Parts: sequence; C-alpha cells; structure tokens
Amino acid sequence: MLGPVAAGLWGAVLPAFGHLPAAGFEGPSLEAWERLFGWAGIWPASLLSVTTGFAATGLSLVIVTLITAGWWGTRPFAWLERALSPLLSVPHAAAAFGIAFLIAPSGWAMRLVSPWLTGMERPPDVLIVGDPWGAAMVAGLVAKEVPFLLLMTLAALGQVRARSSLFVARSMGYGRMSAWLKTVFPAIYAQIRLPVYVVLAYSMSVVDVALILGPSTPATLSVQIVRWMSDPDLAMRLVASAGALWQLALVIGALALWRLGEIVVARRGLVWAAGGSRAAWLESLRPPALGLASLSAILVLAGLAILALWSFAGIWRFPEALPDALTLRSWSRHSGGLGQALSDTAMIAILATALALVLTIGCLEAEFRRDRPIGRTGLWLLYLPLIVPQTAFLPGLQTLLLRVGADRGAGPVIAAHLVFVLPYVFLSLGDPWRAWDRRQAVAAATLGASPLRVLLGVRLPMLLRPVLVAGAIGMAVSVGQYLPTLLIGGGRVATLTTEAVALSSSGDRRAIGVFGIAQTLAALLPFALATIVPLVLWRHRRGLHG
Amino acid sequence: MKFPLIALTLAWPAALLAQPQPSDWEAVLAEADGQTVYWNAWGGSTATNDYIAWIGDRVAEYGVTLEHVKLADTADAVTRVLSEREAGQDDGGAIDLIWINGENFIAMKEAGLLFGPFSTELPNYAFVSDDPAITTDFGMPVDGMESPWAKAQFVFMYDSADTDAPADMQALLDWTAENPGRFTYPQPPDFLGTTFLKQVLVSQAEDPTVLSDPMEEADFDTVTAPLWEYLDALRPNLWRGGEAYPTSGPAQFQLLTDEEIDIAPSLSPSEASTAIANLQLPESVRTFVPEGGTIGNVSFLAIPYNSSAKAGAMVVANEILSPEAQLRGQDPEVLGYGTVLDMGALDPEMRQAFEDLDQGIATLSPAELGEALPEPHASWASAIEAEWIERYGAQ
Repeated sequence: MLGPVAAGLWGAVLPAFGHLPAAGFEGPSLEAWERLFGWAGIWPASLLSVTTGFAATGLSLVIVTLITAGWWGTRPFAWLERALSPLLSVPHAAAAFGIAFLIAPSGWAMRLVSPWLTGMERPPDVLIVGDPWGAAMVAGLVAKEVPFLLLMTLAALGQVRARSSLFVARSMGYGRMSAWLKTVFPAIYAQIRLPVYVVLAYSMSVVDVALILGPSTPATLSVQIVRWMSDPDLAMRLVASAGALWQLALVIGALALWRLGEIVVARRGLVWAAGGSRAAWLESLRPPALGLASLSAILVLAGLAILALWSFAGIWRFPEALPDALTLRSWSRHSGGLGQALSDTAMIAILATALALVLTIGCLEAEFRRDRPIGRTGLWLLYLPLIVPQTAFLPGLQTLLLRVGADRGAGPVIAAHLVFVLPYVFLSLGDPWRAWDRRQAVAAATLGASPLRVLLGVRLPMLLRPVLVAGAIGMAVSVGQYLPTLLIGGGRVATLTTEAVALSSSGDRRAIGVFGIAQTLAALLPFALATIVPLVLWRHRRGLHG
Repeated sequence: MKFPLIALTLAWPAALLAQPQPSDWEAVLAEADGQTVYWNAWGGSTATNDYIAWIGDRVAEYGVTLEHVKLADTADAVTRVLSEREAGQDDGGAIDLIWINGENFIAMKEAGLLFGPFSTELPNYAFVSDDPAITTDFGMPVDGMESPWAKAQFVFMYDSADTDAPADMQALLDWTAENPGRFTYPQPPDFLGTTFLKQVLVSQAEDPTVLSDPMEEADFDTVTAPLWEYLDALRPNLWRGGEAYPTSGPAQFQLLTDEEIDIAPSLSPSEASTAIANLQLPESVRTFVPEGGTIGNVSFLAIPYNSSAKAGAMVVANEILSPEAQLRGQDPEVLGYGTVLDMGALDPEMRQAFEDLDQGIATLSPAELGEALPEPHASWASAIEAEWIERYGAQ
C-alpha cells in the first residue's frame, strides 16, 4: 500500500520544484509555486476545500452518532440498517447527479410544488447547485458518508460492550441519548477514528462530486489540479504538481486540526461524563436525529428515482411534475456505449476484487496461523491510500507509469483500483474472519485435515456470506472509481463512471440518467448476489445462512 | 510560457519510421485493413457520439475498427501526445485521430506533433470547397496537416415563446438588462464560451482587422477594452448573476427546456433543430444572427505524429469527407453540421439530396446566416480566455 502512494507522491515532488527533464524543465526552481499562489483562485479554492471537508465530516459524524445513540435497537433503526447496503453501493457520482436533479431550482422538488403552491411558471434564478459555499456539495457528500460511517459504527459496536454499558447507565437514570454519549460513544469513536479521517480527507479532495455539485468560479482545488494536469501547456504540469502537494498539506493540516478537536472534546467530555448530569434535554434530539438520517437516505434514493425517471422521459418541461411520455428511446440509443462500458466496468471490478480477496484471505489466514493480529502500523498503512488525497498522488503515479510504458489499458487500471479496493475488502472481512470459532479448525485437524484443507473445506464455506459481502463492497468501490480510471487508463478505459461524469458536461439528463442508473445497478448487483447465493447454496444447511 | 513547445521540436529528429504515403491510396487501404483507430473526440454531445458510431460502421467495411475515446476536453489529447513524446514513445501512441480546434492545432503543428501533410491527398478531398476558412485555421495555414470535417457558424438560440430576437450585440446587452437572469454562456475555457468572447470582441472592437494578426502585448489592453466593458455590464444580468455558468454548449439545452433561460449561444446553425428532434429542446426554440454577422469556424481532424494506425485514421478522415457522410452530418435529425463540400463538385443527384434536406424548424437559411466573420488569430483567443478566467472565473 505504501508503494503506489509513495511513488505517486515522489512523482509530484520533483515537478513541483521545477524538475521534469523529459519536458525540458530543469530544476530546482520555485516558479511552479509562484504560479500556484499567483493564481487568483488559490485562496477561495483552498478555503472551499477545507470548509466543505470539515462541514461534510462533522455533519456526517454528528448524524451517525445521534441516530445510533437515539435509535439503536429500535424498529426505525432496523429499517435504516436494511437500506444500508443499497445506499453504500450507490456510486458517489450517481448520488450526486440524483441530488442535483432533485434540488436544482428547476429540479423535481420545485416541480412538485410549482406552480400550484409557489405560483412559479419559471424556476427562480437562485444558485443552489454549485453555490459558492459548496453547500450542495456538502449535502451530496453527507448523504453518501452517513451510510459509510454508520456501517463502520455497526462493525465497531460488535467490539465494545455496548449493551451492558447502556443497561448499567440507564439503570442509573440516564436517558437513552446521554447513556450512549457518556458510556458507548467514546469506545466507538476510538474504533471509527480512521474511517472518520478517511471521510475528512476524501471530502476535501473529491473530484467527481465537486464537478457535479460544487461551485465553478473558482472550482475546488482538486478539480483545478485535474484541469492543470490536462493543460496542453506542459508548464502547467509543474503547477499541478505543486497544487497536489499543497492539497496534501491542507489535508494534513486539517487532520491535525481535527485531532486537536478530538483532544479538546475528549477533555470536555470526560468532565461532562464524570459530572453526572443526566442531560435529559438530549432526549429531545431523537426526532431530529431520525429526521436527518432519513433525509440523507431519502435524498439518495429519491435522487436515484428521478434519475431513473429521466432515463425514460419523453418531453419534460418545467414545471411539469412528470414527463409527457415514457419511452425506451434513451436506453436503446445508448445501448451500444452502455454495453461496452458495462463489460469494461465489470471486468475491472471483478479482477480487482478477486485479487483483493485473494490477498486479504492470504493475509488473514497468515495472521490466524501465526496468531498475531494486524497492528496499529499495519492499519495505518492499510488506510494510507484512503487518507492521502487521490489528487495528490495519482498524477505523479500517472507520470511514473508513463515513464515505464505501462500507462494504458486495463492492467494498470486494475492495479490502481486494487489500491483502493483492497483496504475496504480487508476492513470488511477482517472482523468476521477473526470472529470465526477456531475450535472448528481444531476439530477438522483432529480428523486429519491439513491447514489448507481446513481453509478451503471448512472455513471458506462457513464464511461464504462475509466473503461475498466483502467482495460486493470491493466491487462497489471499484465501480465508483473516477480519478484512477481516468488518469491511469490514459482515456482508453471507459467505465460507467467515467462515461457518466463525461456526460455531466452535456447536461443531457436522459443520457446521464441511463449511465447513472446503470452504474448503480452494477454496484448493487453484487450485494444482491451476496445475499442470495448463500441462501441458495446452503438451503439445506440452515446454520450456514449467516 | 517560458519554455515554448518549439524548443522541444528543434531537438527532435523528424520522420523516424516508414510512414504510409497518402498519395498511394491503395497501399493506405491495404495497411488500414485490420487497424483499430482510437479517435479522441469531445464526448459531451449525444448527437455527435451517435454520428461517430455511424462512421465507425462505415469504415468497418475497410476492416478499420473505430473506437471513440470520449474526451471532456480536447486539450487532454494534446497532453497525452506530449506526454508520450516526453516518455520517448514516438511510435504506437495511444491516439490515432483527434477532433481538434484551432488553438490546439497550432500548438501541435508548431511542436511537430502532427502527421502529414495528408488531407489534400485524400481521394474525397476533391469534393472539398476551396474556402479560406478551410485552408486556414485560426490564422494558421492548414498545409494538409488536418482534414476538415464540418463547418459551423456562431448563432444564438432563443425561445420564441418567451422573447423576440435582439437585433444586434448591443441590443442583446440591453435585453439582458431588462430580463436579468435569462441569458448565459458556457464557462471559458469551454470552446463555445471562448467563441462567445471572440464574438463580443469582434463585434465591439474598434478595428477588428488587427485581430487577424498575432497579438502583441502592447495592444491587448486597448483592443480588448470594449470587450471587458461589455462583459462587466453583462455579468450582473447573467443567469445566476454570473456566479455559475453552464459547463458546455449542450448543457444550455436543459436550461432552455427548464425555462431557466431564454437566450443562449450555439456554435452550429442547426444544432437547435437537432436538439428539438432529440427532445432536448422545446419546439419553440429558434436561432438568430445579430446584425454585423458572427464568426465562423471549421472543425478539423488531425493525426498525431506517433499514431499507431495512421492509415486507418486517413481512411476515417476520408470517409467523413464522402458526400454520403457529409449529407448525413448536415441532416438536422442527425447532427446538423454544415458541410465542407463544394456543391459544384458533386454529381447532380447528390447535389439534389443536399438541397432536399429539410434544414429543420430552427435553422436559418444561408442568406439569413450571412457571410461568416473570420476568427481572430489564436493568440488573441488564448489571451482573452486567460484574462476572462482571471477576471470572472477565479474570484
């Protein structure tokens, strides 16, 4: 994991200081930095990156904490849990498109109430999608990060004694919310700290969501870096490299600031928890918590529904709430390109995920046999590609791959996807793997089975469901990758995601609808399989349904 | 730009390998058979993408497989070729054909990154009209280094259900003051956005003739002053108060359909008719050309020096110049691009087919379009683009 990140960063350091001999630049020089900070948009773009990052992360964490504190173990919470897999599998770009269609001044939300309620025959001229504060972008990010953090929280719940802590606290007269915040949350947060950092780094440097929902005058820093990267003036490559390092510095600074915030909150929290106040007012936060969590789920799901509707729409003018007619025209029109993109997407996702599964199972099995779980350093290394912004190391990696002539086609793209798929597969398979009852292995061994046979004949079949779920998560991650596919594939690898984002510049909602829905289905199908396959395979073995 | 591309070129040995000879067309066809051509072209227009796919079916008859690499920006392709040369890959490059615009053509031609001359040798070039707009691109002689594809002229689309067409560029400015928020243009460096800036520059400049010469630093401020004056007055009355812009020409279709705007620029006289046929624009949309005329533009195809399928790329370029392909391209139901062919060179049957073409409800007749104004020299385009980004795009 360290390799590609370090190589990519190194590939950015030299050009940032004016050294790119192949293009005729001999360093060292500070010209790239002068141009970077001479660019009129540098401060607004940097500020935007920091504020949207903090806002998206903070909001997501607050929503997830309040919803689990207020509703864990209740029926509404069970519904949210059920919506989790579909929500997680929706690629960021598709979710962003859907939300854009929903909240734009001429979007569906407005159409529903116009003109009968608003009296508007024309949409209001207000800046919602692409607002200068990045609020629409934050909304899009929160809607996608809440399911992710919720999943991480649920996994962490299995490792802390939440139920008994709650029981004790509540028997002392604490309400549901305060009991949770005072006794369970600190333990949970310690477990989900790295995922929170991932969300912060990701939100600060995301490209596709920023292109779709973010402002454009100026765009966010990461979007601008990608633009510089593709400028025909080679000198702009140097500026892009300097920008990439600046982006990295911003992310490191933000992470440090967040860490500082953690310490402050921990101190205050300790005093608060020890103070013994029952904080009954916290209970009143339960309804808004449920409201916010449902809203973020509804934003994504309703957005997808609108996306689907657009893909079948005939003529559909403002302020009609529904299109004049439904037609298969857009689907048949794009069927050719769609088929090609779908097969490339599937091939890359399947190969990258298969590799990730083999590597993960290998690591976990080695860990099991040596009886030494992955340490803190190992965990950080695993998370590294998720924390270092993609815009900071992918351009450098591209330049390096180009040098060695491996810059094109599916192979390098699969390798690049693996860098992002592997951590997720490892993280999602780790806990169920370690939770397996090792007495099964002992029993098999006493019957004469070799360690390999125990793995293949006993452990993997028993863990089929978690393995498939990890695979599904890996596929969803691969399907959603935009920047690695674009930069490492040299433009020749067109996946559903790159096609959908390329189409975003056309504003053709029907075409975007077709590709966005196809993209979502491609990510969702593996999750469906992960649920169905064990049921079918083990239909006569109820205990293995998992 | 301290390190001009030319410096790179000088250090480079020319013509390293045996290249297909365009003059020997039989040999080109033989070599093309079995080749795969990666055509890098902007992928933001569904109509264009469909047309390119159709061309792919046509060249399949010669054993050529056409792959459309859909770009968000042509500059990506130029960068790609540059990076390949940087990495010493002078053969077997990833790009075989580029839909190129004037700025990138000049950059690539000056840097010796293009294969050719080839276009004038193509068999179907015999049909191409002898027009200065086709033999020069942004003030640079084409010299057979790129092959023409389609002719375009800058026009404005307007929703006739909501407004009448303003008479000229000044009237457009006055109209936006009366109808704030109802007009916009794509954000430069989008090609159409930059063309809008050029249109304003050409129409407002005191002496537009200086624009055909390379720009000199000294006169940039004086010559472009009327442009910035115009844009400063326009900006507060733009859609979203000029705080956001559509990303591309086609992105404006949705805004027109959504009743968000009433007037928007377009680079193709019949693009609106095509979009109406595609359900992307309401049927009430029409086009107009302001008094004083608008600038014209020709789309070209170029072959990179290190293309791995030069013969195949030439077959594609030649196919696009065939009367059948040009006729299909001009059909507003399909693409609605102006043909680059000389009607006099066609046989009578074909000529009739072009004349019979229903130009579509929103398309102006050639007489209404008037004579196209020449494009300013490329140096002006990049300078005003950079200045625009500085003034309005990064604050």
